[in-house]
Amino acid sequence: MPKETKTMNLNFGPQHPAAHGVLRLILELNGEVVEKADPHIGLLHRGTEKLIENKTYMQAVPYFDRLDYVAPMNQEHAFALAIEKILKIEVPIRAQFIRVMFCEIGRLLSHILNITTQALDVGALTPSLWGFEERETLMTFYERASGSRLHANYFRAGGVHQDLPKNLENDIEKFCKTFPNILDDLETLLTDNRIFKQRNVDIGIVTKEDALDYSFSGVMLRGSGVPWDLRKSQPYECYDRLNFKIPIGKNGDCYDRYLCRIEEMRESVKIINQCLSSMPKGPIKSLDGKITPPSKKDIKESMEALIHHFKLFTEGYRVDKDEIYAAVEAPKGEFGVYLISDGSNKPYKCKIRAPGFSHLQAMDYLIKGHMLADVPAVLGSLDLVFGEIDR
Amino acid sequence: MTSLAGLEKKINSELTTKINESKIKHGQLYLTIDNEDLLDVILFLKTNKNTKFRQLIDITAVDYLENTKRFKIVYLLLSHEINQRIILNYLINENEVISSITKIFPAANWMEREVFDMYGIKFKDHPDLRKILTDYGFEGYPLRKDFPLTGHNEVRYSEDEKKVIYESVKLEQNYRNFDFESPWEGTKYIKDQTKK
Repeated sequence: MPKETKTMNLNFGPQHPAAHGVLRLILELNGEVVEKADPHIGLLHRGTEKLIENKTYMQAVPYFDRLDYVAPMNQEHAFALAIEKILKIEVPIRAQFIRVMFCEIGRLLSHILNITTQALDVGALTPSLWGFEERETLMTFYERASGSRLHANYFRAGGVHQDLPKNLENDIEKFCKTFPNILDDLETLLTDNRIFKQRNVDIGIVTKEDALDYSFSGVMLRGSGVPWDLRKSQPYECYDRLNFKIPIGKNGDCYDRYLCRIEEMRESVKIINQCLSSMPKGPIKSLDGKITPPSKKDIKESMEALIHHFKLFTEGYRVDKDEIYAAVEAPKGEFGVYLISDGSNKPYKCKIRAPGFSHLQAMDYLIKGHMLADVPAVLGSLDLVFGEIDR
Repeated sequence: MTSLAGLEKKINSELTTKINESKIKHGQLYLTIDNEDLLDVILFLKTNKNTKFRQLIDITAVDYLENTKRFKIVYLLLSHEINQRIILNYLINENEVISSITKIFPAANWMEREVFDMYGIKFKDHPDLRKILTDYGFEGYPLRKDFPLTGHNEVRYSEDEKKVIYESVKLEQNYRNFDFESPWEGTKYIKDQTKK
């Protein structure tokens, strides 16, 4: 007589520490083996897209910080690019370098968080203590440039909000000298660690074909061996002037994705260094007074600047009727903005394409047949942040 | 990288009757098709060796409240092989049911659920058409243009009932929506609108 088996339903989250925020995962278990996973999302849904439709373009920028809140500026970037393409604004070269530099700092912020919390999920505490110290330093860079540690509101259409303060460039350069050593230290804790490898190698394997079919992007795609990075293949800003490599995984498992992220951080440090050395002096935003606000000094001296300032911060600027999709390579994958403007000062429609949304969708495919204890490992390597998934 | 003009020509010659309009703008190809041809066109773009649009980036809808064909459905596609993007769209009426492309792209599953949740557009042959982002028991379609920004319900913890309760929205202050096209007519206040 065959043994009768019964499946059990388990509610994983929304308060589980390994759920990385507010994921509610309903697991169907047969013993300890997961047979089905049904993620319930939307617990952090704030209606960002609806809000953006009701705000002027300038007021919409801070909403992008609140999507993937571990790498805020990368998202503002996509929105700024979309507006700039419609309005055909030329961004000054210094602003481009500042933007790229802060995007790479965002990538470091995101990858440090991901790697260390993934290690935490599988039982290693120390990496997060070491990593968060570095994140703290990076966030002070954010603060010194934009005035805010997290919600920067720094990338505006036409450039960046203000120039870098004194000595910031030197301090970032110093950081770039010490950070690779910290990465080496982190690697000594994890890369050859027996437990870390047991928990991650051959877990959550994604084949090339499936990675494409499930709309994966970023590390999830590269970990499976697809050489695709928007910074190389569809270069935006000044990425085509910079020299960097794209690390590619082989096996498509959690461990390869971890290795990709470590290597990407090393490349990011290289990019930041190049930005610092080749950044010229000059304007940091477009000089078109109809799009970017004038400086404080000009407001005191020029009537026209005062009018521009007033008009920009009440009515905002108008964007011609158009339709566009602009994407950037955010730390988590392809982050895009599909923008429809109707000639008024507010977007008619602004769809945000979050990479994590597609990644989490594949949870059922990734986890089927794995043990319950592998769920946190796979979730960790998906690099989920619910700000962007729930929007 | 195949040129975008070449790609446009290729698609137009292969799918002559199915493409209503095509144009190139911002380095992307914009295609307009008919609702009925969706599956054929998507399948062609995905499998044809000259196009290979293997990645579905996103599906979304746009609400044009005043039009008879109220919704525009938009598909964003990406091809790694030829490094190009396509924005595919078609118009539908309010109650029209459209075909699901989950059979072609498994990734479409949640994207279509989101469109259903946000706009109330139904998909035929979708394996699991449930709400996705809004609250359990939420009513209405938030991204439709006739849905108020403030929503209808708010949530709070009731000390009397010792649980979280739902109430209709009470605004202490109006959300002021300034009309910049004709600043002399004043604003339409949401409280006044809801009274009617």
